Amino acid sequence: MNPVATLLIRRGQKGEEPSWSRFDVAYQPGQSVLDGLRRIRIETDPDLAFRYSCINANACKECLMLLDGKVVYACTARLEPREMRLEPLANKSHIRDLVTEIAAPDERLTRLARPAG
Amino acid sequence: MKNEPERTHLETGVLIVGSGGAGMSAAIAAHDAGADVMLLDRSLIGRGGATVMAQMTVAAAMGEEVPDDWRNHFADTLKAGRGLCDQRLAAMLCEDAPAVIRQMDEWRVGWARHADGRLRQTEAPGHDRPRCVYVDFLNTGPAISRTLRAQVQRRSQIVRIGELCIADLVVADGVVCGAAGFSVTDGRTVTIAARAVIVATGGLTRLYWRNSASANMGGDGYALALRAGAELIDMEFVQFFPIGHLAPRLIGMDPIMWDPFRYKLGGHLLNAQGHEFIGDYDLIESGRYRATRDVATYAILKEIEAGRGSPAGGVYLSFQHVPEETLREAFGPVIDRLAANGIDLTRQSVEVAPMAHYHMGGIRVSPSMETRIARLFAAGEAVGGANGANRLSGNAIPEALVFGEHAGRAAALCARGERAQAWRDAAASNVRSLLDAEPAAEMTENPASLIARLQMLMDKCAGPIRTEAGLKTALAGIAEIKRALGPAPPRAQRPFDAARLDWFDLRNMLLVAESVVRAGLARRESRGAHQREDFPNLDVRLPVNQMVRLETAGLAIDTVASAHCPARSAAQ
Repeated sequence: MNPVATLLIRRGQKGEEPSWSRFDVAYQPGQSVLDGLRRIRIETDPDLAFRYSCINANACKECLMLLDGKVVYACTARLEPREMRLEPLANKSHIRDLVTEIAAPDERLTRLARPAG
Repeated sequence: MKNEPERTHLETGVLIVGSGGAGMSAAIAAHDAGADVMLLDRSLIGRGGATVMAQMTVAAAMGEEVPDDWRNHFADTLKAGRGLCDQRLAAMLCEDAPAVIRQMDEWRVGWARHADGRLRQTEAPGHDRPRCVYVDFLNTGPAISRTLRAQVQRRSQIVRIGELCIADLVVADGVVCGAAGFSVTDGRTVTIAARAVIVATGGLTRLYWRNSASANMGGDGYALALRAGAELIDMEFVQFFPIGHLAPRLIGMDPIMWDPFRYKLGGHLLNAQGHEFIGDYDLIESGRYRATRDVATYAILKEIEAGRGSPAGGVYLSFQHVPEETLREAFGPVIDRLAANGIDLTRQSVEVAPMAHYHMGGIRVSPSMETRIARLFAAGEAVGGANGANRLSGNAIPEALVFGEHAGRAAALCARGERAQAWRDAAASNVRSLLDAEPAAEMTENPASLIARLQMLMDKCAGPIRTEAGLKTALAGIAEIKRALGPAPPRAQRPFDAARLDWFDLRNMLLVAESVVRAGLARRESRGAHQREDFPNLDVRLPVNQMVRLETAGLAIDTVASAHCPARSAAQ
């Protein structure tokens, strides 16, 4: 049997009771946790939400999340052939799944937003 | 439960879509010219896009190493462009590049310097002399992004909004009057009235599975421009970066990182037999790295096709001839990051292969960066024409900064004028029907997997080496994916809905992919980045540009014998 990485991911949006999803992804040495998350969206669950822009370069600094309780960049944390627990950042306002509000306060729509007719 | 869709309406003078190097430069210039400015990004401000990922060098005729003149840089740009450059845009890029480099220096970007204070300029392929400045180590793009971001923030009247995805520009009576989209953060519809709009969304590398850019470079701006009625130019010319990293798996680093080291140290490109093959393809390297990107890409793919490739499907790049101390000096801390990935360059080669890197084509603009739609401008990689059939290395950042500045100033002038096209809700009704839609049925197709399907298709059928049969297969595949995508997004408004974002992205990607493929089919010759197996030679009768526009019946292509061709040397 080929080795698998099992990603246990906290799900749900702000204000909802969180749930957990478990995904097995084929493990290849050297891959990142972000590689695994992107594969899950393509193969299994396109609703899984996480932030990233640069994919590989650790340039955008958007893919911050908790791996087994520790803050990591998903693009530089290695995927491992074991159960890995992923959660959103604990000290930021939660949006959905692994996404938290990390935008600078003065760069958010809510700063300007007024409902329109 | 059915909720009334939520909407926010905003107003501004100059609306800038995209906050990479071009968008931030445009914001600074438009603000300094007295306009109200709103700077948007679908990702976080100043983090997405290509600029932040540029680890490479920046071309400008600074003359710090040896005497230089912008006309020499211009001549090299035209030569690389294989007779198709829009000479007005290319001249603007080269003539203004030194000033924007000095400006970045004043803003303390940290260009690498000699002990005597002169800027270090390295010789990159296709340049006739050392011309390319950089920030050590592999830090050029992040340093430029950070510097521009600080300048934008100092101008506190510039309104910055991240995570706002524009779905369409809004045009009334043939004049742009704003844009409409949705907030990724909470899903609400957002409409924005603007007196001028600048598209600074970058390129289209996300159309390809093997690519070197960020996840949001799906060609949004090209699709926005097409649907607004503007024209695209040179869409068949996608630049593939010849030596993108393939194996062993390397994380935390940009796949195009090898290039500057190849300039500095002369890394050897070897096939499976250990033979340095570039010289077999028309060019003599004489121990230095000279081949322009289109030639190197072609040579590598031909070696792979001939069965002389590496196990992961590329060729080998080797620095094993370079002494360890020299490697350490050139790579600096990068050596340690490579070691963390299990790579020791003194003992092993790495595997590299061409990957989609940059788009020469784009939105057709006048020298004031305005499209044929009044009040609609473009800047940076979103603009087509300056680089012709192949971009000279080091020209992307000056293009972002120079074109950004020009577009910002021109749009500000336009926004400050007395007349403007008033916002009209009715003009936004088509896009509102997508943004406010309740989904008709459960999502049947996975949009993330449809995107992957399109990327594989483009790699296979519309990569650097093309045939009529392959391009026709691509067209058929694009039509199939379009049917699978369906006419409306799979979800209603929700916070950070990744599948809904994919739906809007794929809607754009399909239109842009079709533009690339149709233009590729129509160009029955090989030139620069567009290589046709069935038409292997450059056709001297074809120094023409192709324009793509969107009609009711679909995409249409016009061929224009550009007045700005053929290229001629402007150097003394």
